[in-house]
Amino acid sequence: MQSNAALEYDYTIAKLYTYTAILFGFIGMLIGTLIASQLAFPELNYLFGEYGTFSRLRPLHTNVVIYGFTVSGIFATFYYLSQRVLKVSMAESKIAMTAGKIQFVLYVIAATGMVISELMGYTQSKEYAQMEWPLDLLIVVIWVLWGVIMFALIGIRREKALYISMWYFIATFLGVAMLYLFNNMAVPTYFTSGGLGSIMHSVSMYSGTNDALVQWWWGHNAVAFVFTVPIVGMIYYFLPKESGQSVYSYKLSLLSFWGLMFVYLWAGSHHLLYSTVPDWMQTMGSVFSVVLILPSWGSAINMLLTMKGEWNQLTDNPLIKFMVLASTFYMLSTLEGPIQAIKSVNAIAHFTDWIPGHVHDGVLGWVAFMIMSGLFHMAPRMFKREIYSKKLIEAQFWIQTTAVVLYFTSMWIAGITQGMMWRAVDEYGNLMYSFIDTVTVLHPYYAIRALSGVLFVTGFVMFAYNMIKTMTSAKELTEEPQFRTPMA
Amino acid sequence: MGIRELQGYATFFMTIVFVVILYGYIVYLYRSEKKGEKDYEKLGNIALDDEITSTPINSSNSILDEKKGEK
Ligand code: HEM
Repeated sequence: MQSNAALEYDYTIAKLYTYTAILFGFIGMLIGTLIASQLAFPELNYLFGEYGTFSRLRPLHTNVVIYGFTVSGIFATFYYLSQRVLKVSMAESKIAMTAGKIQFVLYVIAATGMVISELMGYTQSKEYAQMEWPLDLLIVVIWVLWGVIMFALIGIRREKALYISMWYFIATFLGVAMLYLFNNMAVPTYFTSGGLGSIMHSVSMYSGTNDALVQWWWGHNAVAFVFTVPIVGMIYYFLPKESGQSVYSYKLSLLSFWGLMFVYLWAGSHHLLYSTVPDWMQTMGSVFSVVLILPSWGSAINMLLTMKGEWNQLTDNPLIKFMVLASTFYMLSTLEGPIQAIKSVNAIAHFTDWIPGHVHDGVLGWVAFMIMSGLFHMAPRMFKREIYSKKLIEAQFWIQTTAVVLYFTSMWIAGITQGMMWRAVDEYGNLMYSFIDTVTVLHPYYAIRALSGVLFVTGFVMFAYNMIKTMTSAKELTEEPQFRTPMA
Repeated sequence: MGIRELQGYATFFMTIVFVVILYGYIVYLYRSEKKGEKDYEKLGNIALDDEITSTPINSSNSILDEKKGEK
């Protein structure tokens, strides 16, 4: 074969993960809306016996949206864009292709196992690390396969320089690998109790404060290396490509990358302020959290400046709307997080609804927006059809933006009210309110959050419908669009 | 010297070291462009010009092409 004429990018694996991202996104957000409604209307806890209680469903929500939706989105966009920025097709590497297929099958098994086992109540009881050890082992295999594919493609690349997005994906791979292993060191209680315990229930190999530290070293870096780093990798590719404008400053992107890598790893102890963790370590967590604003805003501002002179695209391309708003929400949550990490603010914010409020302006406005717009950008290139409906994307954008705003504003008010009420004392130093007083006051805000969930899921259904129609019945394209995604 | 004092010195010197590394990196980025050794900004085009058939932005890693040629 002399010419490359027949050579094409191979999107088989990217398509598979696109399907799972849509499926898990829907399930995860539906559960999110249910648990949000349960907090407002507790009777909803009794819909499905033990399987429908808040305590079963909350970890299921976080796991499905993180490991189902977000990780699928990461894999889908990775298998799409890594080929393109490396200028090499997956079809050129037998290893990558085979490993990719095996990885997807294992992923579906692991994700199904996760949903079933957590519904049944199997859990390690560590946040974002609830899965029991058999699933942990499977995940290690899935992750190693990802590494094999990544480096197989990098090994045969035509583009010698690794585009900045690739750096972020490599960091995702390494960061998660290291921390996942450390945090999931656990022994089944069967072995620690001389046969009394269970083979299916394990306990951490660390104890007490050490366990908490390792847990939040991982926990915060699940935020860093699943919700931030790969999503930054996505926006560095999709926004320039969709707008036809190259990154405003490539040097700034490199600087932000190394800044983020260095600082992010040490912010986790801000989850343990006022706990038994050594004081200097708590302070370190606060300080690193505040410094984190710089590399985060470095990337976000770089993205906004990439649109310089092209702001008209914001009004006529809904995908640009999604991405620009995503980087704006990224700025909001990376300013809000450091504020919450300051000790005196944390004294009010910790354990209150302000925390899930902060989480969701990031995950809804930044993570979900970026994944959906990335998949929208990819769809016409993968399925060779234009996007089914532009009107539907526009409507989805406004509905979901309203949802995000309702979510975080209601939780700001709820959280700060809660924090103030918990610590309010009368002139003799007695607590002024009992717990139920706060619940009564917060009820309307919980109802608003439930409504915001309904709106966000509605938008997600519109996204799913638009994607499915695009795959199956939209107008066929004769040529691959260069920049702007074509839509009817 | 108590642990507190030690921590104080360690923090002070580490801060200086990291600031030097950070600024050193910035200077390195700009200087290597000025000297013409590197052109970072053109790498931004990797995302825009990403057809499999288009010429790589940075000189190619030719192993694959050579293999192709042999066949
Ligand atoms: C329809 C959209 C969603 C709704 C209504 C929703 C609702 C909720 C609720 C009610 C909680 C529990 C808060 C508490 O315990 O007080 C929660 C937690 C959480 N959700 Fe969502 N969620 C949604 C989408 C998402 C998405 C898309 C992601 C990630 C991609 C996500 C990530 C999380 C995380 C990480 C937590 C744990 C927060 C913490 O521990 O502080 N959620 N969500």
